Amino acid sequence: MRKTISIPIDDVVPSIGAVLKGQGVPERAASEERMTRLAGQSVSIYKDLCNPVSIITDISKIDFETVYHGEGKNEEEAPLAKIYKDSDSLALFAVTISEDVCAEITRLFDTNDFALGSMLDGAASEGTEMAAQAVELYYRGYLREVGRFATSAGTMQFSPGYCGWHVSAQKKLFEVLRPTEIGIELGESFLMRPLKSISGVIIAGPKEIFKFDDVFPFCSECDTHSCRDRIRAVLEQ
Amino acid sequence: MDILQQLSEILQKGDADKVSELTKNAIANKLGPKVILDDGLIAGMAIVGEKFKAHEIFLPDVLLAAKAMYAGMDLLKPLLIKEGIPTIGKVVIGTVQGDLHDIGKNLVGIMLKGAGFEVIDLGNDVPPEEFIESAQREGAQVIGMSALLTTTMPVMKKVIDMTKECGIYERIKIVVGGAPLSAEYAQEIGAHAYCFDALKAVECVKGYIGVN
Repeated sequence: MRKTISIPIDDVVPSIGAVLKGQGVPERAASEERMTRLAGQSVSIYKDLCNPVSIITDISKIDFETVYHGEGKNEEEAPLAKIYKDSDSLALFAVTISEDVCAEITRLFDTNDFALGSMLDGAASEGTEMAAQAVELYYRGYLREVGRFATSAGTMQFSPGYCGWHVSAQKKLFEVLRPTEIGIELGESFLMRPLKSISGVIIAGPKEIFKFDDVFPFCSECDTHSCRDRIRAVLEQ
Repeated sequence: MDILQQLSEILQKGDADKVSELTKNAIANKLGPKVILDDGLIAGMAIVGEKFKAHEIFLPDVLLAAKAMYAGMDLLKPLLIKEGIPTIGKVVIGTVQGDLHDIGKNLVGIMLKGAGFEVIDLGNDVPPEEFIESAQREGAQVIGMSALLTTTMPVMKKVIDMTKECGIYERIKIVVGGAPLSAEYAQEIGAHAYCFDALKAVECVKGYIGVN
């Protein structure tokens, strides 16, 4: 399976509350009229400009080993190293919400519309995460359709640059996936353009394989420990 | 309430149109541009910074106030130049080569301008040489570098090493910031300071330039 997916815009529109939360605005202040007006305006601009598109391809464990190994810079021990070996199915993916949104963020900052620019940036980041989730959902649906998804199975995604998987693995990932077909380019520092893009691997398998404790040496440098929520989400799938 | 007090309060509310109007009034009332800037706009932004630090207001409030500040500044800038009034200091900022993330760097620039500094923003993906050349050409006292990728962090060290080679390391202070950085890393590469956020960056730069 190798497919380009146009994601419905309505699936990747963040709520006003989520945008305000991303700006560090607590609930008590989120009800302020000018805050909600600005956040609403940012969501509206985002909706007008975003064009979420993704590319996804199945990959075997053997082929993924090469992608995972990348330039040989991964942490010695990392959760993904074990998880993919115990998985049932793997797919590489990349998703973007388009350069137009990124260009509008720059334009807003250039014209001193900082608050709106910052909110649009937050809306776009949130929207990109939602787009990656939509691709994961698509993959689950696909696996079910072809009879490769057990009722007890779950999915989780990992991206180069996180959880001990070195960002330089992007190079191999791009060689195999070729997301340039949907307009995502890879820079020398392994940064994707458009900036609001996510790439990685979606892993499907028994839910138990996704359980790990965030006690790896690199976990101490992580600000979010979002893996805890992600693990919880898999178990609830 | 005098016009400068009014200007400060309206700026805190983030009303750019009103700030523009009040700045015009202040100019028409023969108040000097430096007085309007210091006692109206910068005074207002200083209160905004304090309230933000105390979690009384939030990022969008600060950014609306900054927009209002810029509306006033646009009117004052030609007058300040005409009267030959220097800014309190010059800072060169940029996101290092290979990195295109500039929201954090932009926030630092906005806050520094709000504190009265002249900010030369080199944008993103800035080669090391450009930081050095620009700082020397502009007579900047501080270079501020931002990185959001672990792969681009080493560029910061390259810039710092270049300032040492050029003999300007002691004269030009280097401040660094960005999500993957830490105070330890900043120290390791020889940066003069690590700034966790935009407010900290303003504090550091003020400290280096000797501004209260």
